[in-house]
Amino acid sequence: MPDKINSLEQLRSWYLGAFEDFEKSLNGQSSDAFHARRKTAIQHFVTTGFPTTKNEDWKYTDLASVASTQFLPVVKPGHIPAGRIDPYLVEGQNILVFVDGYYTPALSKRLPHGNQVLVENLSASMHERDFPSEKYLAQYASVEKNSFAALSTAFLRDGALISVPDNTVVEDPLQIIFCSSERAEPYIVHPRILVVAGKNSQFRLIETHIGCGEGVYFSNAIAEIVLGENSILEHERVQDETHRASHISTTYVHQSRASGYTSHNFTLGGSLTRNDIVVELDGEGGEATLNGLYLGTGNRHVDNHTVIDHVRPHCSSHELYKGILAGRSRGVFNGKIVVRKDAQKTDAKQTNKNLILSDEASIDTKPQLEIFANDVKCTHGATVGQLDDEAMFYLRSRGIPVDESKNILVYAFASDLLDRISDEPIRDKIREVLTRKLDSARK
Amino acid sequence: MLDIRNLHASIEGTEILRGINLKLNAGEVHAIMGPNGSGKSTLAQVLAGRDSYTVTEGSVLFEGKDLLSMKPEERACEGLFLAFQYPIEIPGISNTYFLKAALNAIRKYKGLDELDAMEFLKLVKERATLMAMDESLLSRPVNQGFSGGEKKRNEIFQMAILEPTLAILDETDSGLDIDALRTVADGVNKLRREDNAILLVTHYQRLLNYIVPDAVHVLVDGKIVRSGGKELALELEDKGYEWVREQTEQVIEG
Repeated sequence: MPDKINSLEQLRSWYLGAFEDFEKSLNGQSSDAFHARRKTAIQHFVTTGFPTTKNEDWKYTDLASVASTQFLPVVKPGHIPAGRIDPYLVEGQNILVFVDGYYTPALSKRLPHGNQVLVENLSASMHERDFPSEKYLAQYASVEKNSFAALSTAFLRDGALISVPDNTVVEDPLQIIFCSSERAEPYIVHPRILVVAGKNSQFRLIETHIGCGEGVYFSNAIAEIVLGENSILEHERVQDETHRASHISTTYVHQSRASGYTSHNFTLGGSLTRNDIVVELDGEGGEATLNGLYLGTGNRHVDNHTVIDHVRPHCSSHELYKGILAGRSRGVFNGKIVVRKDAQKTDAKQTNKNLILSDEASIDTKPQLEIFANDVKCTHGATVGQLDDEAMFYLRSRGIPVDESKNILVYAFASDLLDRISDEPIRDKIREVLTRKLDSARK
Repeated sequence: MLDIRNLHASIEGTEILRGINLKLNAGEVHAIMGPNGSGKSTLAQVLAGRDSYTVTEGSVLFEGKDLLSMKPEERACEGLFLAFQYPIEIPGISNTYFLKAALNAIRKYKGLDELDAMEFLKLVKERATLMAMDESLLSRPVNQGFSGGEKKRNEIFQMAILEPTLAILDETDSGLDIDALRTVADGVNKLRREDNAILLVTHYQRLLNYIVPDAVHVLVDGKIVRSGGKELALELEDKGYEWVREQTEQVIEG
């Protein structure tokens, strides 16, 4: 067993040591323009460390297991078995695959879009001076305020970069898959995404996080999404990490005037999961839709925190999160809606529904409304329930066995989140993944 | 086919059924009529296996087997079907998916091969035509957004697919306009056979103009107080339930 990290002192020395090794491994890149930011970021991280349950935002999610583990950085990508990513692949021409954080061309597909749409790995350009994404990268994920963003930025070597020019509609979905290999020692990866959507652009993005085998790893995912005026993005996110993995993710979305962002966030795997989605509606007439489904089985812990910040007037947000909690799993949902003083005519709706399938499963759900404007419409509601007895009896009275009846009703509970995905091939793919997951949860 | 003897059942300590005796043979249609709260629906639910009711006394034999010891799904697999008074809505599950799961569960129980998608679709189309069922209802989620009439028709359609030996129709006629009532009754009549039986639970006589029963039983306060032929229903319609109640009380007092 490797040693444990027991204090901020030890954490500091562990991660500073890792950073030194990382710097060496960067070769020439440690002299690039971005490196100063890495250095600032590691200092921020080792000063604050990981949040503890004393922090109100982390009250229900204890990171002791993550904070105390000596995660090794990945020096060389591992091997993933053939066909591992296939169940998650949607037919399409733009697929970026990262294994242990490293871009893997052999598994990826990239078609040129008349040199317009940029779908590539960050490392291809970020060592250049004035690289195109520099004005966005690590600008939204604040290294001062978020220790996970700090940790990610400190060790930023590669990631997915998607840049869609003004007035461009991309028909084919853009897919990014992060796959973690099986390793004997606990290790850490930092999946990173930057999306820059030009004015009037429109596209879809599927972000998938999976792993292999029995190893322990910590996936610290950061995405920054910058939506230009009148752009539209539908973003599907599927997290199906392995059962010993910790997955902590933060997605920052910055929306300009009249832009539309829709997120479908499926949390299906991992031992410990925390997702933060922070949406800033920073232009009039913006619309944000956050949909999510989280599945808890066994001893899993699933925490979803969302923040929708209405900065400007006439924006609307809709949020529907549903949880299915079985076994001894624990769910957390915290939905914060901020309406700033100038954000008049805001229309915000938030709903959280939970289905508890066992006496030992639990959920902590909390809406958090901070409203500083006076002419707004904000509604929220949360429910926690069990399978409906009458519906169970109806199914059984038709000859369907108890287990199958339960499965049908659980699927029925989840189904409207699938129905909201507008693209059929993507919807069908996620439906397959979810159905397999529910079937195996029953066994 | 069905032999109910001295059946007593209660819910949360309140006795609802207080000694029901009823015999139903293959090929027969019996109607159970009674005022609100007489225990009609309770009888239907107890026979289908709803566990919120407790059977405190008596026995029920279904084709010679002890019905009360079976789980609801076993009863269905053995050939019992309950058309619900208030069919349940199940969002997200299509009617066809639901029916396929039900039919294949029953076939599996009987040791038959499950139907594949093509065979199933063929059966569904054929029965939908027979039942004058709007095919667009098949792909919609179970009962969701259906009108009252559509829900009742969907129950009879399920019956047509599952082909039970004993069908219990719990107030399938309630709330239907005359056209919907005719369609539903017409569907039921098409499913009548020498080897199956139907128990009609109803509040109103008018259904019996369309589905003519072999026997009518009047249920009052958890007991069958009168049994007779189809003319009993007409008499009841004419004189009202109070008439039976008074007569019963006279008998008890006398």
